[in-house]
Amino acid sequence: MTDARTLPRTDAIGGRRPGFLARHAVWIALALALLLLPYLFSSRLALSTMSMMGTMIIFALSYNMLLGQTGLLSFGHAVFFGLGGFFTVHVLNAAGSGDWPIPLPLFPVVGGLGGLAFGILFGWVATKRAGTAFAMITLGIGELVVSSALILRRFFGGEEGITTDRTDVMSFFGYGFGPQLQVYYLIAAWCFLSIAAMYAITRTPFGRIANAVRDNPQRTAFIGYDTSRVRFIAFSLSGLFAGIAGGLSVVNFEIVNAAQMGAVESGSVILMTYIGGVGNFAGPIIGAILVTWLQLILSDATQIWPLYVGLLFIGMVMFVPGGIAGLLAMQAPVMAARKLHRVVPFYLLALAPGIVALVGLSVLIETSHQFSIRASYGPQLTLYSIPLDATSPLPWVAGVVLAVAGGILFMRAERLARDAYHAAVAQGGQG
Amino acid sequence: MSATAKTPILELAGLRKSFGRMEIIRGVDLAVVQGERHAIIGPNGAGKSTLFHLVSGHLRPSAGAIRLRGESIEGLPPQSINRRGLSRSFQVTNIFPRLSVWENVRCATLWSLGHRYSFWRDVERLDDVTRRTEEILTEIDLIDRRRTPAGVLTYGEQRALEIGLTIAGHADVLLLDEPTAGMSHAETERVVALIRKVSEKRTLLMIEHDMQVVFDLADRISVLVYGEIIACDTPARIKANAAVQQAYLGTEAA
Repeated sequence: MTDARTLPRTDAIGGRRPGFLARHAVWIALALALLLLPYLFSSRLALSTMSMMGTMIIFALSYNMLLGQTGLLSFGHAVFFGLGGFFTVHVLNAAGSGDWPIPLPLFPVVGGLGGLAFGILFGWVATKRAGTAFAMITLGIGELVVSSALILRRFFGGEEGITTDRTDVMSFFGYGFGPQLQVYYLIAAWCFLSIAAMYAITRTPFGRIANAVRDNPQRTAFIGYDTSRVRFIAFSLSGLFAGIAGGLSVVNFEIVNAAQMGAVESGSVILMTYIGGVGNFAGPIIGAILVTWLQLILSDATQIWPLYVGLLFIGMVMFVPGGIAGLLAMQAPVMAARKLHRVVPFYLLALAPGIVALVGLSVLIETSHQFSIRASYGPQLTLYSIPLDATSPLPWVAGVVLAVAGGILFMRAERLARDAYHAAVAQGGQG
Repeated sequence: MSATAKTPILELAGLRKSFGRMEIIRGVDLAVVQGERHAIIGPNGAGKSTLFHLVSGHLRPSAGAIRLRGESIEGLPPQSINRRGLSRSFQVTNIFPRLSVWENVRCATLWSLGHRYSFWRDVERLDDVTRRTEEILTEIDLIDRRRTPAGVLTYGEQRALEIGLTIAGHADVLLLDEPTAGMSHAETERVVALIRKVSEKRTLLMIEHDMQVVFDLADRISVLVYGEIIACDTPARIKANAAVQQAYLGTEAA
């Protein structure tokens, strides 16, 4: 999965095509990884986490069809995830009580069709405009749908949402999908199919014209394309895949509620996509895995975990606009020059004080949280297995020292790493 | 000039454009005949680029008619005019900076080859598209730069790509807006040769400031001054025209 923007495979004009295995190496590796992961991580928690990651990968990739591929910043993408979920849950319940002969693996199709239908409906309105106006319209659509969810209680189930039982429907070749492992494989299969489909779309005439619209909508009109039509198709298709993700979420959790269509979820998918990297097809995959994992471990460790995710987002936007995938892609010329061993020590050198600075920052954040908002619980807190007292100077001083010293050292080491990187690339260019 | 005897492929009649109370185009009549190379000259602020914006659909005229092969096109969106066979370039380079040179040209071929909004066909396997893209890249001499992101090309290369995007579709009427602006002497010569080549089987309407280029290329010249065409004739007669000399060439020569 190389960058969809980069270069044509046709670059070797009249060149020989590599063999089947070589051409599909990435896909074979992906399929193997999805197949074998449960053997590496077999606990119930791990399986459920990986199931959620699979869902979020589809969701984040569907969002990047808008942001990364077409240059559309939507603030309401969770609407299609949520609506896909509600359609799936209702059809699932109806199928369960009516003994419809539809096996569970087909239900994400219902979610996808729901997402597509509303992608067409809302897209017809939103994609008449681009840029800021488009962003505002999607924000409005998000608010509209969430507030109508409170009125249409039959369909949206109020605050509790709607529950279902995935084992009520027809079994699939003997699989009842009670155990989480079976659900994992169901999601993994859909994840693989969706990734492949969305990647294939980037390589079609539409996919390339979407990139053109992202780069320069004005010129796109002068090569014969209606830019609002391009945006409309992108919006509808991204609704389809978001709906599939919503359907899978219902299969996984057996519940969906209106909050899943809201601004927080729409924000979350922006975080995932951006942190992973919008400029690279694989970026949102990385982002979905990382942010889902962070949300899990951070929410376990601290009450104010959204603050940390927010800080990470701000840091990425400011300092690493290409996202993690962008950072990785930057290493390609170093690897091509076989100079990776020259730069990695410097990266580690920068990483160590960086972690120290983050620890210091987290000590300050947690101590002030304990000191102010959690004051009624007393000043005692435990950080990194060390008991501390928020009213004593120790955690404050330690936090400041670690954050400042780590920060300064990080900036120095970062400069060294940058120099090492440029030197390696330059040498590679000469060789 | 035999060209004047032929039917006009592009016709402007009583064309006007105002921005608020400012009238920029003040009743332009112009007939561009099939196969000719027609240059529009005029001092800065005469409304040359505005005229191109009106013809190509970037701006809507306030009044008047634009006919392409006899069909009215005034007020149509740019894509509709492009699909009818009229393609334009821009004075300020207007390409797809993050896409490779190859991808830039390929995108510009897709509509005319009938691939429209297809999201089910692998673009790498569209042989007609690949062939056409190769042809265009060879023609504009950027085939060796095809993998480079367009945004990092040199200025001269970007101008060549600009022309490449304009001719990649099936358009047979080309509007080139100052194709040699800001170029060195050598670059200008190369672009003039390119324009001569690509306009062979097409009709060309171009805005140009370099008089050498204009007199070198154009079959006919129209002089636009303050939103009106004050003269339209062969290069030799334009050179001799007293009104033109006073309005334009005189200052240029000095």
